[in-house]
Amino acid sequence: MEIPYTVEARPDTGVPNAKLGVWLFLASEVMLFGALFSSYVLLRTGAAPGTWHHGREFLSVPLATLNTLILIASSVTMVMSWASLKLNNFKQYRVYMGLTILAGLGFMVVKAFEYGHKFELGLFPKSNTFLAIYFTLTGLHGLHVLGGMIVNGYFWGPGAKLWRTQPERFANRIEVAGLYWHFVDLVWIFLFPTLYLL
Amino acid sequence: MSASDVEAIRKQTRVYVGVFIALAIGTILTVAVSYLHMPVALAILIALTIASFKGSLVAAFFMHLSHERKVIYWLLLLTVVFFLALMFIPSLTQWNQRYVR
Repeated sequence: MEIPYTVEARPDTGVPNAKLGVWLFLASEVMLFGALFSSYVLLRTGAAPGTWHHGREFLSVPLATLNTLILIASSVTMVMSWASLKLNNFKQYRVYMGLTILAGLGFMVVKAFEYGHKFELGLFPKSNTFLAIYFTLTGLHGLHVLGGMIVNGYFWGPGAKLWRTQPERFANRIEVAGLYWHFVDLVWIFLFPTLYLL
Repeated sequence: MSASDVEAIRKQTRVYVGVFIALAIGTILTVAVSYLHMPVALAILIALTIASFKGSLVAAFFMHLSHERKVIYWLLLLTVVFFLALMFIPSLTQWNQRYVR
């Protein structure tokens, strides 16, 4: 069965189905991360005076700054990969998408290094409330990065076959995969100051 | 794709590079400000203002929200309303603890 409105916009919504679908998914993601952010605020404001541990006591600001720069760079390469397809330059698309995946990998390596260091010091989610919410939020975010890398990896490799038969449909797929990837970047933009700096 | 479309995409790619530079500056600024040891409320206000600015850049340019269809804006408006409700829950809880016994 043919999937409808993959290239042309659906008349009643004005957008292709995949785009609306991904935006609806992102709306649910806002609620997921929003609930955890809200929990973080509640736990922090509700803590007895002087008992709250701050991120700076345990976390590395330089490493997190590096990871922030890696993730925003990956957002640029992601949008550039889509623009390359729009310019009909598949080779350039492969380069930019490859760089996006590598940046995602770089982010995860830095994160793994950070986690490993905490565990070496005996710091676990059970150690205190701050670390519990830190591991929950960054762990969930890390899983999202991993998920994005799998999707991007598919579109870099086997999924790219679609370009030969339906180039516009493939470009739309990259656009909506990009929406997800930028959302993951956006979440990190808020996680970084709230967990590491404040 | 017409020549004007190609030129529009090329122009967009230059904007993307500009946005990246702005995001990098925003990141460095956030870190620099955090070393000033300001009062907590002011530090939170500044950090979240910079983060919101950076987030708006990502949403407007990378996620193409600066020129999107109405249905997406309506969807996001609804999301923002529910997100704000979530963010108010901690305040409501505090109010509840203070005034309702």
